[in-house]
Amino acid sequence: MAEVTLKNVTKVFEGNVLAVKDFNLTVADKEFVVLVGPSGCGKSTTLRCIAGLEEITSGEIYIGDRLVNDVPPKDRDIAMVFQNYALYPHMNVYKNLSFGLELRKIPKDEIDRRVREAARILDIEHLLDRKPKALSGGQRQRVAVGRAIVRNPAVFLFDEPLSNLDAKLRVQMRTELAKLHQSLQATMIYVTHDQVEAMTMGNRIVVMKDGIIQQVSDPLTLYNHPVNKFVAGFIGSPPMNFIEVEVVRQGNDYYVKNGNFTVLVKKDAYEKVKDYEGKKAIFGFRPEDLIDENIVKPEEKEGKLIKARVEVIEPLGSEIYLYLTSGKDSFVTRVPSHYKAELGQEVGFVVDLEKSHLFDIETEEAIY
Amino acid sequence: METRFSSKLVNAVRKGPLHAAILLICLIWFIPTFGLFVSSFRPANLILTTGWWKAFKPPFVFTLENYYKVITTSNMGRSFINSLIISIPSTVMPVIIAAFAAYAFSWMKFPGRDALFLLLIGLLVVPIQMTLIPVLRIFNRLHLTGTFFGIWLAHTAYGLPFAIYLLRNFIGELPVSIFESARLDGANHFDIFFRLVLPTSMPALSSLATFQFLWVWNDLLVALIYLGGTPTVAPMTVTISNLVNSYGGGWELLTSAAFISMILPIMMFFFLQRYFVHGILAGSVKG
Ligand SMILES: Nc1ncnc2c1ncn2[C@@H]1O[C@H](COP(=O)(O)OP(=O)(O)O)[C@@H](O)[C@H]1O
Ligand SMILES: [Mg+2]
Repeated sequence: MAEVTLKNVTKVFEGNVLAVKDFNLTVADKEFVVLVGPSGCGKSTTLRCIAGLEEITSGEIYIGDRLVNDVPPKDRDIAMVFQNYALYPHMNVYKNLSFGLELRKIPKDEIDRRVREAARILDIEHLLDRKPKALSGGQRQRVAVGRAIVRNPAVFLFDEPLSNLDAKLRVQMRTELAKLHQSLQATMIYVTHDQVEAMTMGNRIVVMKDGIIQQVSDPLTLYNHPVNKFVAGFIGSPPMNFIEVEVVRQGNDYYVKNGNFTVLVKKDAYEKVKDYEGKKAIFGFRPEDLIDENIVKPEEKEGKLIKARVEVIEPLGSEIYLYLTSGKDSFVTRVPSHYKAELGQEVGFVVDLEKSHLFDIETEEAIY
Repeated sequence: METRFSSKLVNAVRKGPLHAAILLICLIWFIPTFGLFVSSFRPANLILTTGWWKAFKPPFVFTLENYYKVITTSNMGRSFINSLIISIPSTVMPVIIAAFAAYAFSWMKFPGRDALFLLLIGLLVVPIQMTLIPVLRIFNRLHLTGTFFGIWLAHTAYGLPFAIYLLRNFIGELPVSIFESARLDGANHFDIFFRLVLPTSMPALSSLATFQFLWVWNDLLVALIYLGGTPTVAPMTVTISNLVNSYGGGWELLTSAAFISMILPIMMFFFLQRYFVHGILAGSVKG
């Protein structure tokens, strides 16, 4: 049973650098939680606080039921995999794996059993006699993971373990780590700046910015219901389109409007936009939530149509990214690969209202 | 195949000047050494009258007499042993202490750490000559003058500032994550020092040891001051310098004496050289 709980954790570095602010999170036993956010947002610091490599300035950290604020790293029952692998250069793979166990005075035959078991799981049995410098990047990564596995810790901590691998290997290791989580049934906390990695791996995702948690939820909720503009823009590629608009009321209906288009507010959000009437806001929609007007019935276009000019066409094979401008606003859409368009052409798209978003222009909080 | 050959050629041409320079340096070093070597096997009258290269013309006259004389009459055997007795502890002690200190200066937190290190850097530029009188007076009072232990202490103290400085630069550059990893693995400072830092610092340790050894081995000043001329404790440098004094022009003995004193440093260099070349850190962390 290894729940990890952080209560009001704050970390201030020397020189008044606020790295993590009032961080509250409970990671359930056997859960795979991903911390994601842009570089410098405090992900590594949070992880290192859990590991005990950094002392927290205030707050409480529990691993299991135990308050670990004053417990040294080696006694926290955690193992950490570093971005740069941090293998011991003068030891062969076997020694790298067994070092931590030897220090803990575990009997020789038990060490041997665990090392071989981990090597089998990670498919590095044939490398046990090699020194780190004779390994490829992917193999070093496996050894680094193996060093954590042999320890059989209650909690695994990963700090961007894949970011030094090439793209193909990264995808492969991603699934392997996910499988590993399944088979080890351990609690894992995983840090990455890559939102794709976060979306594909996490049971739950914690989005951070400037040391503050923005949103904690499962991948789909994060994607479909971001709580603010930052999360909306960070998750998804190409990112969500944002256009400055004004909220207006015509009859019983609310619209968002700028110089070039007027689009309905979705019906169930009327209550929420009431107070914004006549005010500015940010309208957001994802590139895939625009539909070619030619395949939409005329009566369904009403109040949803955006006309725009094609600026750039980016064919990816499976689909096309169209970069469009409408007046001074520009946005992206994803269309099927058979879509025909030419540069400079005037095209029309219908907004999928149910999937559109509106953000407060000041606080950037989601209105709907 | 073709391209590999031509790229090798390009490489060779590009590195040509470098190789030529290295070769030149080797020659400049080697020719006098070789001359000395040849001379040391020639009879005294020939050394004084003809150049060493004449030895390769008939009549080929070679002799072991110079070596024989030096070893038997001038206390050279005893001095050789003395030099070893002085040099080995005077190398091992500062290197080990410096390794501990360098680790502490880089990876342990204690109050006054940076100030202490700055002080140490300051000591680097204090000339030895300035310390001779005060240290000698202390040594006299402690009855350390003329003893091996005294000169070990002296050499250790003189060697430490540079040794710590050099090792700190190296040990401080080891990747942080290795240390953190070891801490998570359950290692304390001693485990980390003996099982990670020492093995990975071999290149730095062995170059430092070589320098320190050569410096002590070739030292005359410190030995003369703290040991005096007593034959029972005199190292080779002192004995050789006496050779010239007492024999006046007898420099045929210098040739063999010099050669005897060179053997060990050369052997040591060949013994340790693989550590210089080895990039032992390669592959530990992605850099
Ligand atoms: N040892 C440190 N001393 C001072 N500031 C630090 C230290 N480590 C990290 N920081 C600062 O804390 C912030 C968060 O860093 P970090 O947790 O490494 O970010 P991330 O892993 O999300 O990229 C950054 O502004 C960084 O400069
Ligand atoms: Mg980081």
